[in-house]
Amino acid sequence: MVPPRPALSLDHLGCVIAILIGVALFAAPFATYRATRIASGDSRLLIEALPIAMGAVVALVALTIAVGAALMRDPLGRLGSAVIGLAVLLPSLGLSAGYLTPADNTFARVSPSVGFWLLALSFSLLAIDALARMRLGPYGRIAALLVGLIALALLLFSGIWDDLSILKEYRTRSDTFWREARQHLFLAFGSMAAACAVGIPLGIAGHRLKTLRTALLQGLGIVQTIPSIALFGLLMAPLGAIAASVPLAAALGIKGIGAAPAFIALFLYALFPIVANTIAGLSQVPAAAVDAARGMGMSARQKLVQVEMPLAFPVILAGIRIVLVQNLGLATVAALIGGGGFGTFVFQGIGQTAIDLVLLGAIPTVILSFAASIVLDALVELAKGALA
Amino acid sequence: MRLASLVRLISLLLLVAFIAMPQAFAFAFEPLVTPGAPAIYNQGSLFSLTLQHLRTVCLATIASTILAVSLGIFVTRPSGGEFLPLSRSLVNIGQTFPPIAVLAIAVPLVGFGEKPTFIALFLYGLLPIFENTLTGLTQVPTQAMEAARGMGMNTWQRLSQVELPLAFPVILAGIRLSVIISLGTATIGSTVAAKGLGEVIIAGLQSNNIAFVLQGGLVVALLAVLIHDGLGLIERAAARKLGRFVDEVS
Repeated sequence: MVPPRPALSLDHLGCVIAILIGVALFAAPFATYRATRIASGDSRLLIEALPIAMGAVVALVALTIAVGAALMRDPLGRLGSAVIGLAVLLPSLGLSAGYLTPADNTFARVSPSVGFWLLALSFSLLAIDALARMRLGPYGRIAALLVGLIALALLLFSGIWDDLSILKEYRTRSDTFWREARQHLFLAFGSMAAACAVGIPLGIAGHRLKTLRTALLQGLGIVQTIPSIALFGLLMAPLGAIAASVPLAAALGIKGIGAAPAFIALFLYALFPIVANTIAGLSQVPAAAVDAARGMGMSARQKLVQVEMPLAFPVILAGIRIVLVQNLGLATVAALIGGGGFGTFVFQGIGQTAIDLVLLGAIPTVILSFAASIVLDALVELAKGALA
Repeated sequence: MRLASLVRLISLLLLVAFIAMPQAFAFAFEPLVTPGAPAIYNQGSLFSLTLQHLRTVCLATIASTILAVSLGIFVTRPSGGEFLPLSRSLVNIGQTFPPIAVLAIAVPLVGFGEKPTFIALFLYGLLPIFENTLTGLTQVPTQAMEAARGMGMNTWQRLSQVELPLAFPVILAGIRLSVIISLGTATIGSTVAAKGLGEVIIAGLQSNNIAFVLQGGLVVALLAVLIHDGLGLIERAAARKLGRFVDEVS
């Protein structure tokens, strides 16, 4: 497996991570204190941001991990030390918020600062490197994701982070948060489902007719290059016209601004990966399998449903993975035209220069697309395995 | 194919004509606006906005190309091998970040204007170029490498005369993807007050002027499609040249 190395040799990646940890501990502020939510911030070093004993524990753990990262290559050891590091660091951020906020002051805000982000980044890099080297199977990766999500849920529900600025932003708008979350998921998943319903039959037709195939791929490829905000804009004019002239459409909620143009734009973006992957999946079905099916006396329909589609499925699923990750990200832009979703908080936050509000929109989006990509990658691998 | 080139040429001419003298097209947008409202964007010249938009994208792409290709070369050398598994995972994770999130997070750090847009374009543009550099460099056939070694080429010669030329078309494809993503992100950059074509769309959304939104959308969309096409032509030419080169060698 691993070639033998001298007992004490330095790992290059480990050294970079150790340097990052050093910078985070000694040269960067750990937390930012603001008197009000939009006041300019005061930086607090680690020793100022935590009770002295707690600060010492964090520093000691981080230094041990830094030395360990530079010297130890064993992935399991790296993963273990990264997990311990995060288990100390993440709750300590919540403690810091409680420590820095004066008693009975509801206006003061505490947010993580460069030092915290660098420490979190270093430990995560260590964990990601270890996981990449361990080459986990699909179930292993989903399990790792679940452990991470459960840990996050524990941190959120235990109340240990309640004094953090981002959770204060959440509490003042928890109703809107869940409404926008539902809207975000509706836009991303709904347009994906619609694209599957239309795109897979189109792909099957495109697989059979060469002229249709070229036209489809070229046309949808052009749509794919149009920037999202421009496509939203291009759809607003015709939808506005439809709403003005067809009362039924207006009654159904179709208007120039809002969710309708966003949904249609996401749907159009989603078509290309689905159609292209359906065609690619069908065209790589071995000719022998199709011949055998014909030889067994299968009708064209049976051949498609029982032979070709199952064999093409992993490739189609890979297309769905691309669409889902792309849609979850693009849905943030929908807020710009009143389509809702997590982007609402991002754009509000930009408008008010309130970074915690931006993060309230950005972090759930990133977590969603990250989780979706891990789960679907694993499913694609499982589907391929089931065929082999 | 002839029809396609004709369509391309006409779209290019239309785009240039519209950017240069938008007032001449006012008749097409007038039905969309309430009487009295301007039919053509009047808060700045479309021509200079287009140039600024392209300048931001161009500078950011050059910067990300230099860094991404260097990083790609570094992690595929034996001395950088310890970074390879991590950098692959990071590229995958990085692409799940929506560009707008990068843009929004950069604002509090560097303020409004061009800077956050440039940072977002630069960081987000790194990913496809780095990924394709990795793919291109790791796909170089071992026979080619061995032949180069057998000819007595040193490490630098192998890199500059064999590996990079063979990986070039794949790297170009990465740059093209990066440019297209950047064109879109630069448009959203107007929400943080960067000069660019997004301004037209945002102004239209704010003043409820569909004509502004439509013309901004049209210009950005045409620009993206034409640049995507143009870079595709360069890419195919490079691949053809490489094909000849490989034929000559063998």
